[in-house]
Parts: sequence; structure tokens; C-alpha cells
Amino acid sequence: MPSQLVEKYFRVENLPHIWCPGCGNGIVTRAIVKAIDNMNLNKDEVCIVSGIGCSSRASGYLDFNTLHTTHGRALAFATGIKLSKPELTVIVITGDGDAAAIGGNHLIHAARRNIDITTIVYNNHIYGMTGGQYSPTTPTGEKGTTAPYGNIDANFDLCDLVKGAGASFIARGTVYGAKLLEKQIENGIKNKGFSFIEALTICPTYYGRRNKKGSVVDMTTYLKDNAINISAWNKLPKEKKIGKFIVGEIYNNKRAEYTEEYDKIIKSL
Amino acid sequence: MPVGKEKSLTVIKEWCKGCGICVAFCPKSVLILKDGKVKIEDFDSCIQCGQCELRCPDFAIYLGGKR
Repeated sequence: MPSQLVEKYFRVENLPHIWCPGCGNGIVTRAIVKAIDNMNLNKDEVCIVSGIGCSSRASGYLDFNTLHTTHGRALAFATGIKLSKPELTVIVITGDGDAAAIGGNHLIHAARRNIDITTIVYNNHIYGMTGGQYSPTTPTGEKGTTAPYGNIDANFDLCDLVKGAGASFIARGTVYGAKLLEKQIENGIKNKGFSFIEALTICPTYYGRRNKKGSVVDMTTYLKDNAINISAWNKLPKEKKIGKFIVGEIYNNKRAEYTEEYDKIIKSL
Repeated sequence: MPVGKEKSLTVIKEWCKGCGICVAFCPKSVLILKDGKVKIEDFDSCIQCGQCELRCPDFAIYLGGKR
């Protein structure tokens, strides 16, 4: 018998999920449903949209209105859903490859429009489903099956990317800080506009093994030891920032939301 | 049921993939891995913090359920 939370929000008949032992995707997915549960949202008024990749399998396990779409296009489908039914809470589940490479254009334009969609990127720094190719977020120098001698590309900072593109709420969390992630997702859903939450997750099977990151516990502990909250980050001297990364609510700036602006045009005619 | 324990701890063995996250992050060493699955070894020490439930990627352990 699963927990009440799982029973209520998951398609239990589809569990256990296909994610590898220790993969953080389950932790992020749980944080999403916990955030929805905390907010007491009606299941029928929530729509989960995903693309293709390990992360995007989540929509199949969740018992809401769900749409498992094509590679990189989750945000394009979600934009259509939100425009036709603005009353729905639309949540996009995507991965680093899906959101930043194949769907990179959709990401920046959804952010630019500030459409009221909450996007959660499960960032595991690699293409897991297809066998460990390097992605736009694979750190420079790290290995993938398509970069056996190390990746020479500079990696995207996804939060900086969507900030530049115009998102109104931006946060970064980790699977170690699952409780914080829950709160970030909750605040993202509350924000009327484009909300972006980067959830740093772990891929022990491909990323971890190829880059000798140790066990699942080592990879989780790495996230614990190197995450620095934005409030502490700004006070840190430069040398103490090396190898560390920011977590927390990075940006929150309300501005005109797309479906509301569209509605104004319709009403003015 | 030991005094002060309002909830039991439930393991869904079929869902456990034996990653060991719950075992590593349990602050009271309540859990062990046995034959590739999690096992509740010392429930008396459980402080009901829920770290195992929060961190289990497979929803295979949680506070609550039948005692």
C-alpha cells in the first residue's frame, strides 16, 4: 500500500517507475506533487505537460490532466493549452536536453512572453535516456559518450538564460534540498507569469559513472556540500565561490502576463 | 508500539531499488540494506523525521501505513 500522497496523485498501477536506482527524478516528481498538495489545488484543474527524455516520463506516472509531447516541444503545447484554458494551472516537466537544446527556442520565447506556466527542469547534466550524450548543461571538461575526452563546450547557466529572456520567477533547487525545492515549486505556481525552477538532480548511471562521481550517496552529498543559498552567495569572497553554485529564489519580478494581455485585446474589440 | 511514535514506517519492497539513499541519510541508523533492499532494522530509534520518505526516489518508504 503506497503512501497517501502517492495514492492520491500518482497512477499507482504504472509504478514502480523506470528510472534507474538512485536517479533523482523521483524526488523532484514527489516535490512537485507535494507542492500541489500543499496548495490544495484541484487535480482536474492542473495540467502537466512534458517533452521527451528521462524526466519527461513523469507525466505518465502522475494522475492529473497530462500530456506527453514531442521532443523539446512541451512548452509549445503548454502555451496552446494555457491560451485556450487560462484557468488551468499548467506545469511543464522537462529535462536539460529537452528544454535547453531541442526546445531552447520555445524556452526563451515562453519566458519572453511571460506566459503563466511553471516550468520545472530536471537538470541531470546529460542525456540519460539515449545513453549519456553530453547536453548543453554538461560542465566544460566533463565526459559523455559523445565527449569521451571531455566536453569542450561552455555550459548554459539555465537560470541566467531565462532571466535574460524575461522569466518573472526563477529558482534553483537540488534533490538534496527536496524540502526547499517543494517551496520553490509552490512559489513558482503562485507566480502569475513564467516561472522557471531548475532542479539539480543526479544521474548515477551515465553522468556519475562516466565522470567517476562515486555512489548515489556521494553524488547527493556533493549537492549538499556545494550548494550556497543566494542570500549567502552575495557576501562570499570570490575564492570561496569556486566550484560552488547558487540555490534559492534567484529572481522574482512581476510583470504583465501573456494570457491576461491577450484577454485585454479580445475584450477591446 | 514504542511510546511517542505516532506513525509506523512502511516499506514497499517491490518498489525499492536498493539505492541506499534512505539508509545513508537516516540520522538514527534505523535502516539497513539487506539483499539489495531496504530493511527496518531498529524502529525503536526512529524519530519520525521523514528524511527517508523525502529522499526515496522510488516512493518505497514512508511514515504511516498499517502498524
